Amino acid sequence: MSTGLVGLALLMALVTYPSRAIPLLTPGFDRLPPRALEYLRLVGPAVLASLAAAQIFVTPGTAGSGPALHVGVEWLAVGASVTLVAWRRNLLAGIVLAVVIVAGARALGLAA
Amino acid sequence: MRRDLRQDLPALTATRIDPAVLRAARRQLVIDGTGLVASAFGFGLVFGLTARSAGFSPIEAIAFSVIVFAGASQFAAAGLVAGGFGWPAIVVLTALVNGRHLLYSAALAPWLRGESFVKRLVMAHLLTDEAFALASVHFRRLGRVDPAGYWIAAIGSTFIPWNLATIIGVLGGQFIPDPRVLGLDIVYPAAMAGLAVGLMNGRREVVAATVGVICSVAIGLLLDPRVGVIAGGLIGPLAGLAMPARMAGEPRLAEQPLAELADPLDGGLPS
Repeated sequence: MSTGLVGLALLMALVTYPSRAIPLLTPGFDRLPPRALEYLRLVGPAVLASLAAAQIFVTPGTAGSGPALHVGVEWLAVGASVTLVAWRRNLLAGIVLAVVIVAGARALGLAA
Repeated sequence: MRRDLRQDLPALTATRIDPAVLRAARRQLVIDGTGLVASAFGFGLVFGLTARSAGFSPIEAIAFSVIVFAGASQFAAAGLVAGGFGWPAIVVLTALVNGRHLLYSAALAPWLRGESFVKRLVMAHLLTDEAFALASVHFRRLGRVDPAGYWIAAIGSTFIPWNLATIIGVLGGQFIPDPRVLGLDIVYPAAMAGLAVGLMNGRREVVAATVGVICSVAIGLLLDPRVGVIAGGLIGPLAGLAMPARMAGEPRLAEQPLAELADPLDGGLPS
């Protein structure tokens, strides 16, 4: 059984680990001024919302074309999900609702 | 000065927490993580299948999921390997794709500073979008750090399902339905958006998230979605910070009671 690509995995881990570890392991990183801590506190909502938006609205580019705007049933599903989560404070129910909307729309031929 | 009143030193003893509250918070964490387990499992299966199609042996596919443990870069690498790209290009792309973890690590550092160095070494390897999202919400909900909660988020909701599914996918991928058919591709963005909502308990957070979304989409369309996410994660908080205290509906920093600026180990970040 081939194991040649294990070396590639090790190299990929070598360049991934520092971004995961440096702030966690650097002495003094935890003793930042209040303004910096406030900034870091806001990173959570900003980056998670950014991840969701990029997944919903942006189709990655291919060899022949750049990224493209995608407006499909996904934003409707996530919008409904977020509304339910904000209202009921129940993430699982929100996720189930999003899946039902998307799977239903695709099954009915209303979405790709 | 008493150590427990200093803002720049970890507390010697963390405030005790009601066991019933802790149990309830962990229960909620597990419930929140259930959707992400389904997502990690579904896409782990697809990664296993993709890796097999790209010519990976089972050992190589499993090594990717255990050692790299970063979904987007694993998919990208499988595609590039199949396309005959050289290792240097794949390694550089991996570093760029996974750069966002720096933000997660920085945001969690104040919470996890009381953990031993060895534990933080391991915690760092397990830091993913999902672990960050679940752990942040859990710590904020509790108002303090809960290392067990981090392990539940990182290992239980992501590492185990992702790796288990990789093994199944690479060994028996031909029997697996496309997650898109089942609507599972929406789980990840829905979970990220829902967890972002869980972190929004003030106007600054709402502004940070809104500006993050705008930057993410705009820059993602101009350059690349991954660059957009990093830009949104960097610029959104700046917009939140720039909001005047009066508009944010909060007293100025100097007027805030000391308790609201408490140490994460002692009582939580200001929220």
